[in-house]
Order: sequence, then C-alpha cells, then structure tokens
Amino acid sequence: MRLYNKPAHVLHDMLVSGEITSVQLTQDVLARIDEVEGDVRAYLTLTRDEALAQAKAVDAKIAAGEPISFLEGIPGAIKDNICTKGVKTTCASKILEHFVPPYDATVMTKINKENPVILGKTNMDEFAMGGSTENSGFFPTHNPWNTECVPGGSSGGSAAAVAAGTAIWAIGSDTGGSIRQPASFCGVVGMKPTYGRVSRYGLVAYASSLDQIGPLTRDVTDCAHLLNIISGHDEMDSTSSDVPVPDYTKSLVSDVKGLKIGLPREYFVKGMDPEVEKTVRAAIDQFRSMGAEVVDISLPHTDYAISTYYLIAPAEAATNLERYDGVSYGERVDGEDLVEMMTNTRSELFGEEVKRRIIIGNYALSAGYYDAYYLKAMKVRTLVQQDFTVAFRDVDVIMAPTAPTPAYKIGAMIDDPLQMYLQDACTVPVNLAGLPGISIPCGFSSQNMPIGLQIIGKPLGEETLLRAAYTYEQSQNFHQQMANLGGKEA
Amino acid sequence: MKVTKDDLDNVAVLSRLTIPSEEAPQYIEQLDKFLTYVDNLAQVDTEEVRPTTYALPIQNVFRDDVVKPSLDREAALSNAPLKEDGYFKVPKVLED
Repeated sequence: MRLYNKPAHVLHDMLVSGEITSVQLTQDVLARIDEVEGDVRAYLTLTRDEALAQAKAVDAKIAAGEPISFLEGIPGAIKDNICTKGVKTTCASKILEHFVPPYDATVMTKINKENPVILGKTNMDEFAMGGSTENSGFFPTHNPWNTECVPGGSSGGSAAAVAAGTAIWAIGSDTGGSIRQPASFCGVVGMKPTYGRVSRYGLVAYASSLDQIGPLTRDVTDCAHLLNIISGHDEMDSTSSDVPVPDYTKSLVSDVKGLKIGLPREYFVKGMDPEVEKTVRAAIDQFRSMGAEVVDISLPHTDYAISTYYLIAPAEAATNLERYDGVSYGERVDGEDLVEMMTNTRSELFGEEVKRRIIIGNYALSAGYYDAYYLKAMKVRTLVQQDFTVAFRDVDVIMAPTAPTPAYKIGAMIDDPLQMYLQDACTVPVNLAGLPGISIPCGFSSQNMPIGLQIIGKPLGEETLLRAAYTYEQSQNFHQQMANLGGKEA
Repeated sequence: MKVTKDDLDNVAVLSRLTIPSEEAPQYIEQLDKFLTYVDNLAQVDTEEVRPTTYALPIQNVFRDDVVKPSLDREAALSNAPLKEDGYFKVPKVLED
C-alpha cells in the first residue's frame, strides 16, 4: 500500500492505530521522491538521514505506548526562506548558497515540538520574488500536473512537493500570493493567515509589512491542524498578534447556511481565462446550492492594488536586502575596498529579478521620488484596505479566483516582468490589507490543470474561511485527485 | 523616457549594484515601463488619506528589559565569509 498520497490526518490515525509505522511512511515518501523528484525538482536540500532518524524515534515512542501529537512522525517540507538551525537555508539565492542558520525560526520551534519528520527545504523564487519559481538561483521547479508548466510561486517547491506526493504537508510564505497562487496551480490547499497571526521571526524578510507564513496541505482538515501549530504571539516578532489562537479544527464543520459571500466585480476581469471564470463561478454556485447567499460587491481601488504592491514590496525589499553585503554571513566576492567588495558581492550573486526589484525599490525611495511613488503607494494602500472594511460590513467572506489563469508553460512570461506582475491581481490586495486568504482546488481546465478558488476573510477570520472551505471540500473530490506524473502514480 | 542613464547610475550606486553598460538600456526600458504603469496612482485622490505602513493597528510594543541568553559569538560568526580573532573581517576601509 502506498502512503505518500494520503493527507496527514489520515496518516496520523493510521500511526495511532498501529496500522503503519513512521519509518514505513517516511520510506514510502522517500521512495516517491526517488521516483519523481528528478522530474519535479521541488527540493533544494533533502535531509533523508535525519528524516529516517526522526521517524525511528517516533516509532519507538509509539511502541512505548506514549501518545503522539498531530504532526508527529509525518513527513513534511519547509520553504527555503525559513531558518532551520543546522540545515542550509538559501532563499534560492547564490548569495546565501552555504548559509546555515545558527537558530530556528519561531515556526520551526513550534513545528519541531510536534516531532514531525522533516524531509528538506523547498525551492522558491529567489528571496520569494516571483510567481513561477523560475527565478530560483539554482533551477526551476516543475508542475507535477504537467512538468512543462510552472508550479507557481514563490512557494512553488512547497506546493509541487505536496501535489507530487513528495511531502505530506509543507510550509510556505506569502507576500503577494506566494502560498495561494502555487496552491492553485498545483491543486492543493494553501492558506495565508491574517498578518500577525504567525510569527515572522526567522523568516528571511522580503517585504516585512506584507510577509506571512502559512501551510500548504492536501486538504482543509490538515490546513486547520497546521494553523493550530504555527499560530500565536511571539515576543521575537513585535508585529505578531496577541489575540488568543482558537482551536481551528473546531471550524471543520460542514455548514454554510446563511453565509454571505461577496463577489467583487473587479476580480472577474477581462483577460481572465474563461475556463477559470467558469470553474470558479461553478464553485460559487455550489456554495449557493448549499445554502449560502451570494451578492455582488465592489472593491473600487482594485485597479490600483498592483501598482501599490509593486512599489511597496520592492521598497521594503531594497531595504531588507541591504544586509547582504558580504560581511557577516552569505557569500563574498572580493574587491579592492569595502564598497567595491559589497558592490561586487551583490552584483554577481543576486539574480536578475532581485536586482530589478532592488533598483525599483531604491528609485521609489530616493530623494525627489519618495512622495510621488512610495508615500503615494502607502496612501493608496489605505484606500485598498478601506474597500475591504466597507465590503465586510455586508458580507462574511469574499470569493474570487486565486489566479487569472491555470499554470502556464515554463518560460512563457519570463521576459515580460510586467505581464507576470499582472498575474497577482487577485492576491496582492489581500496582503496589502493584511487579511487571511485560502486557495482550495475547485476543478480542472480542459488541459487537466488545477484551478483554485480563493476565499478571503475578515482580519483574524480564519475560522470562517476554514468552515467555508471545509464545507465545499465535502461536496466534491477535487482535492483527492493527484498528479499522474507520466504514469508514475502508484 | 522618464528614466535617464544618470538616474539608473544614481540608483545603482544607492543599491550597491553595478549594472554593466550593455545591460543598462534594458534596465532603463523596464524601469521606464514600470513607472509608466504605476502612474495610474496619480489618478487617485489621496489628499485627505493617511498612509498605511502596517495593515493592522500595531503601536509601541513594549516588553520588559531583561537580559536573556542570545547567540554566542562563535555561532554568530559561523557564517562569516572571513573572520579573525572573534571579529568579522572586511577589506581595508581607511587609507594608511
């Protein structure tokens, strides 16, 4: 019996009942890695030996009759911009190629308390800048549903691993859609929690006012469990929320009667793939048939959100990435003096997209342009946020496509950064407003590529999102379908 | 064109990046296209609008000033490209 294709909650029950051991499970997922990783390339670092040692320890515990926690003994993967003590954390950048963090991110401390099996670190767009994982400084990741296509990004490795069965669960980060969009492209569940719900301590910063860590999972039940584990206040991140964390698994209730769903007309834009629109509208009809009420709403500043995001994120990135100067960590390229050494290090080791965003960011922050670009963007951000505040007076959740198209071919957009930025139209407003958003599988294109439904909630409204997502999931089986990977499915 | 070669050179220095001269025209063109695109923000009336830096209302987060364990020196230096006697080592900054 193959195990790699099951969700964590099913495997947890099998571990508890003694039907399987963690070593069996881990070996099965490692075998799956041997079968398909050459085609998918989701991982930058694999920690096979450590994974098996962790699995053995869990089995010993189970054999001794001790109770186990939810993730205990279940193999997962971590995006390579989350610091893992003693395990290389590169952000898919040559500038951090050999960086081994001397400490754990707070999410890792929380996850490690569960005694999971950690399989390794997943590929991403360099410093999380991109939506296709093609901007990795090392190699692109391929979409398990069609290896000629991108997996989305920037958490493309995490999404592809869960979709390919080379991880049961994964952690990603989302600055402008980087969990939700790859979840949509790979047919898995991905949640960006409310800004502040999860500590960012030890997450290598891209745009600090937008970044948030979240789970990528096979189904909504696993998402709720992972969210329970990673959420909560952390004194190491002063932007983390001190609002108590509810038990998110209590939201796994199949009931959307009376739920009021808003459809923002600005998100069903011209240029959207007709199959995406049709599939997402069908999912929303399904909600209606289950007793939800659907109303049209307007988020009038949506057209300005992309511009706002692509000024604020690079401005914060330009500042955050100042630290890569060849002095205290990371790689160094020598120079005659200090400034030349720093300049050589950055010029040779940052990739094209990272340099482009640093240039944009510093331009927007520089004297003479600050008011026109950066300050203006921060003001429009207020208006984008107010749009949501007004909308949420009348509705409980907002639904929209996660991305305007299914996954596209590798290389299709790489020469046109602006076109690639427009892919983020449905996800970036959520980060600008700090709201929670989830992408769940809602069907397939005629090319059999997954399509995601995005559900957006009020601040700290994760429970409502999970209930809506869970109810929908119970009504269909899209989440149970797995990528075929050239017949390599068991 | 909004962006000149001087603008690019200036921002490259601020960014501690060298843009090779053969790549400069592409950078200028892309930055120019980008700035033209974001010009749509000029249409938005923000006269009475306050800027948002963080999406949630977070203000002055305080904690007690207590000494706690932190990374020891060896761990902090463990990723340094060059170190000597417990310090980060960099190329010469001042003239002799």
